Amino acid sequence: MSLIARFLEAQGIPTLCLASAFDIIEAGNPPRVVFLDYPLGHAAGKPFDHENQRLVLRDALDAFEAIGEPGSIVRLRYRWSDSDNWKSQIGNPSGNDVRAPRGTEPVYQTEADRKAAERSSGAHSPT
Amino acid sequence: MTVMYIASITERYKSLGYAPYRWFYAEGPPAFQPLRKPLSESRLGVLSTSGAYVVGQVAYYYKDDTSIRAIPNDTPTGQIHFSHITENYLENPRKDPNCIIPIDTLRAAEADGAIGELAPQLFSCMGGVYSQRRVHEEMIPALYEGFRSQAVDVALLVPM
Repeated sequence: MSLIARFLEAQGIPTLCLASAFDIIEAGNPPRVVFLDYPLGHAAGKPFDHENQRLVLRDALDAFEAIGEPGSIVRLRYRWSDSDNWKSQIGNPSGNDVRAPRGTEPVYQTEADRKAAERSSGAHSPT
Repeated sequence: MTVMYIASITERYKSLGYAPYRWFYAEGPPAFQPLRKPLSESRLGVLSTSGAYVVGQVAYYYKDDTSIRAIPNDTPTGQIHFSHITENYLENPRKDPNCIIPIDTLRAAEADGAIGELAPQLFSCMGGVYSQRRVHEEMIPALYEGFRSQAVDVALLVPM
């Protein structure tokens, strides 16, 4: 993502990365970062917690306007839970970061999705 | 203390016998384009690298898929599904896509006037592409064209 941010910014489009993997985003050094210390997959807030999602986005947008120094990282104060136990689980190399096999066939969330996509491509006569 | 994802994923790949992933380490400071106007007057584009797609679209494949999807900004979240190599991180996004692609949250921000306008289409792609060359040559030009076609003033990027 940092590669993309740096490119867009160089083309004149201001960017903000809303990220939850600090080491990865720090290494990529994009123009503006808001860091939310939540497990990967939740950079925009907690599921079904609309107030939390609203606050995260509000703070991110505030930072977007406030950051004036290239490469700044603004840390949000929200905590995933009272305890940080989730960090040791997720950061453990034998933990649950399961990488699926890398193939060249689309991987659908559901079988119905596959059928829906096949119907759509049929309807639009693929080239 | 934050989670050391690079170290743990590198270790995991090694244990699985995968080729090491080449993390992007930036050389030099990033470009910086100051905002030209307040966000309340700006059209905001979005990119999510979570592997989001709309039901009816072709999903992503897991070996260096550099393709992108356009997600209309009025898509109901129930129609947003995901395919991404790191499937274990998708458990909650699959229940509530807003935790990784904040589409309802952004529509509310537009209604509140916090942003001038949400771009008609949001974009998504899958991260974890091994080839930085292909990211440069295939993914980035497509995204740049996409953002230009949407006439965005600013872009919010939400990595997986």
